[in-house]
Amino acid sequence: MTSATAARGPLGRAEISSADGRGRRRSVVTYLLVLAIIFVVWEGIKFLGGVPWREPGAAPGSPVLWNPPFRWPIANDLKLPHVWTILLSFGEPWQPAVSSENLGQYLLGAALYTWREAAIGFVLGALLGLALATIFVHVRLLERALVPYVIASQTIPIIALAPLIVFAVGQGIFAVVIIATYLTFFPVTIAMIRGLRSVDPRAIELMRSYAASRTEIYWKVRLPASLPYLFTALKISATASIVGAIIGEDTGGIQQGLGRVITTFNQYYATGPEKLWAAIIVASLLGVAFFLVIRAAEIAVLRGRPGAAAG
Amino acid sequence: MSSTAGAAGRSGIAPAGPRPGSRWARRIRYYLPAVLVFAGGIIGWEVAVTALGLKGFVLPRPSAIVSALIENLNSPRFGLLPSARATLIEALGGLAIGTTTGVVVALATARWATARGVLLPVAVAANAVPIIAFAPILNNWFGLENPLAKMMMAAVLVFFPVMANVTRGLVQVDPAALELMRSTAASEWQILRKVRIPNALPYFFTAMKLATTLSLIGAIVGEYFGGASLVLGRIIVQSSSALRFDITWAAILLAAVTGIVFYLAVVALERVVIPWHASMRATETA
Amino acid sequence: MTSEQSKTAVDGGPVVRLSGVDKVFSRGGQPVTTALEGIDLTIARGEFVSLIGPSGCGKSSLLRLFGDLVAPTRGEVIVNGKPADHARRDRDYGMVFQAPVLFEWRTVEDNVKLPLEILGRSARDRAARAREMLDLVELGEFAKHYPYQLSGGMQQRVAIARALSFEPAILLMDEPFGALDEMTRERMNSEVLRIWERTGTTIVFVTHSIPEAVFLSSRVVVMSARPGRITDVVTIDLPRPRGEETRESPRYFELVTAVREGLRAGGGLETDEPGLASPERTLAEGAVG
Repeated sequence: MTSATAARGPLGRAEISSADGRGRRRSVVTYLLVLAIIFVVWEGIKFLGGVPWREPGAAPGSPVLWNPPFRWPIANDLKLPHVWTILLSFGEPWQPAVSSENLGQYLLGAALYTWREAAIGFVLGALLGLALATIFVHVRLLERALVPYVIASQTIPIIALAPLIVFAVGQGIFAVVIIATYLTFFPVTIAMIRGLRSVDPRAIELMRSYAASRTEIYWKVRLPASLPYLFTALKISATASIVGAIIGEDTGGIQQGLGRVITTFNQYYATGPEKLWAAIIVASLLGVAFFLVIRAAEIAVLRGRPGAAAG
Repeated sequence: MSSTAGAAGRSGIAPAGPRPGSRWARRIRYYLPAVLVFAGGIIGWEVAVTALGLKGFVLPRPSAIVSALIENLNSPRFGLLPSARATLIEALGGLAIGTTTGVVVALATARWATARGVLLPVAVAANAVPIIAFAPILNNWFGLENPLAKMMMAAVLVFFPVMANVTRGLVQVDPAALELMRSTAASEWQILRKVRIPNALPYFFTAMKLATTLSLIGAIVGEYFGGASLVLGRIIVQSSSALRFDITWAAILLAAVTGIVFYLAVVALERVVIPWHASMRATETA
Repeated sequence: MTSEQSKTAVDGGPVVRLSGVDKVFSRGGQPVTTALEGIDLTIARGEFVSLIGPSGCGKSSLLRLFGDLVAPTRGEVIVNGKPADHARRDRDYGMVFQAPVLFEWRTVEDNVKLPLEILGRSARDRAARAREMLDLVELGEFAKHYPYQLSGGMQQRVAIARALSFEPAILLMDEPFGALDEMTRERMNSEVLRIWERTGTTIVFVTHSIPEAVFLSSRVVVMSARPGRITDVVTIDLPRPRGEETRESPRYFELVTAVREGLRAGGGLETDEPGLASPERTLAEGAVG
């Protein structure tokens, strides 16, 4: 995820930015800097146009620490809670009347649950995408016949199909996995059609000169050459599978996952906006974490290849 | 000046292109399998549902979907036409907002290395974030019934691919081309206008093709989390909970057709604006 | 052709003069490679000088020093009687690279017009010059074509037309025909000589090919690698105009041998026979095609 990335000019030259420790440390610093900027802008808006600042968690009547000069509707505590209010909410029980489990633990459990669904869908979707691409690359007729529909399938918002899928296979984890698969297979199919074709034609001629079979050419030339494309697609699919799981849970009647948590906290937004924000932050972190897992796998698998450092 | 009798204006030596007659024949032959699959699929679906006596619940016959579409174009409860129009407006608004900001930020990013250092990592991170999770927040910010909330959802989804792609197109210029420009002492502004922006156009169109679909998805996702009742997202939710799956499918069909038309409009625009690009040539000879 | 006064101001004197030039490439403040060391070279107006040497001898860096695309670490580079960066801002030279570097979104004609647009010439002037230059490289009828519709040799001719469009005092050519096949290359060599004789432009030409250097030049500058030094300068006294018979004359073979021996003395004759490109270059070309 280095920022300067590999610039592949038309001449096929690749300029690779430093992927060494120094570069990575710098990108960590950059991300911290970005977070700091977001924090400053966020609280800056509240500083100028929010409601009076009080100590976190204090009762409405407690002393005012700061009275902002303006009152912007967008900056009130309902629409834009204080960053610390959101962060502190992680440590507080989310259902004080029922249990002492704090919000952080609850969201972590929900995130892991969602991640499990997403991961199953991710694996199935990646395999499906790989299989489809392999077929399409070898049988041109099928490619011409079916690829338009693979593409068209993505113009249908998954959120529209979700209720139908749930109704067809019944509520439960299976429906969620199907939805995650549906979102995952597409990037892999499209990227792998290109990736499997990205082989230098001379390399295939070379293999033919050894009388290698199509299967051998596939395993020894096409697939290795396509790996960078595969990982690019998998990184997109990782996020997509989480999106699919979150959407699927809501319609699929799954109670334990992040999707339902987001819907519930959305309904109770008026009484606890920080909880919805916390859930969204966790969902974001889950997406980033899954992305990083794939990225780590990419670095391990593509080690030593030119351009492997690019994010 | 030394002119060789208008030879320059004549493009007599065009590259060996396909002859018009055979070109159409080839094109038809190329698309025939896809058309056959479509026709076969529809007929097979219709026959299967009828022959196997499936309850037309989840998967109504295609003919039932089409008649549901026609019947409900302007019905008071599931008015598909006004819904599609409302959703399209949200998507278009989002597309406009997201594309404009994306291009402006990309220009800034390409111009100032500091901005690039900060914004590109954000774009990478944003790619890994399930942005749709923010839909409820946007609904809360702008109001559930306000189309602006949906536009912003679409705009956020559109922004990142546009910004990332255009930045790449502006930055990833052939180094030799930059040397050439430097050798004629061209200004940064001239390099931007004559090299970077034309170079970024194909990247821009790639992003736009993605963005059309994303803007529709953004609008519908926004609607899904609540909103005015005559929009496609709400129709889908309400018709499926009323078990009127024929209407659900009709709405999905409408959404898909809108998306495809939207996409094709960008492709057509691309052909007009960048006829020189390799991707355009590939479709000619494919 | 009307020549601007500023460019004829130093007529008679050297066009390029380098004295005591070193070029050290460094990374992170640390010197990494000494690309050029102790370069002294003077090129007179109207000369055709080739720079030849093994890969990595710094001949391309040397060309870029003339063009102020790279700054010297030590020493001075005087082009057209002024420091190289002034010369660049005065548009004293045109460049031709190994790849044609044509802009795919511009027609052939518009590619030739590009430097004229940067110089702020009028539309009428641009059209006239583009026509004239394309006729010079015999591509007049391809003016409205896009680059991809042209062969490699034709594309390189467009690049030459573009470099000459604003009448620079010097034409810098960096292995311009390195990517072409042998037959096209020989045809392009004759073409360049014809253009040189017609325009009188000073040409500095970087090449890998001994026959090419001998056939074209009035002087061949032989270089050695690591660090890049000038080891020999061979004056080519073949009569002009040169043509097919030149390539078959005994004197031609003597001079080819002389340059080859100069290269060998500098330790630079391993892979640099004509037509024997280094493997990495073959790969790069493969990636383009």
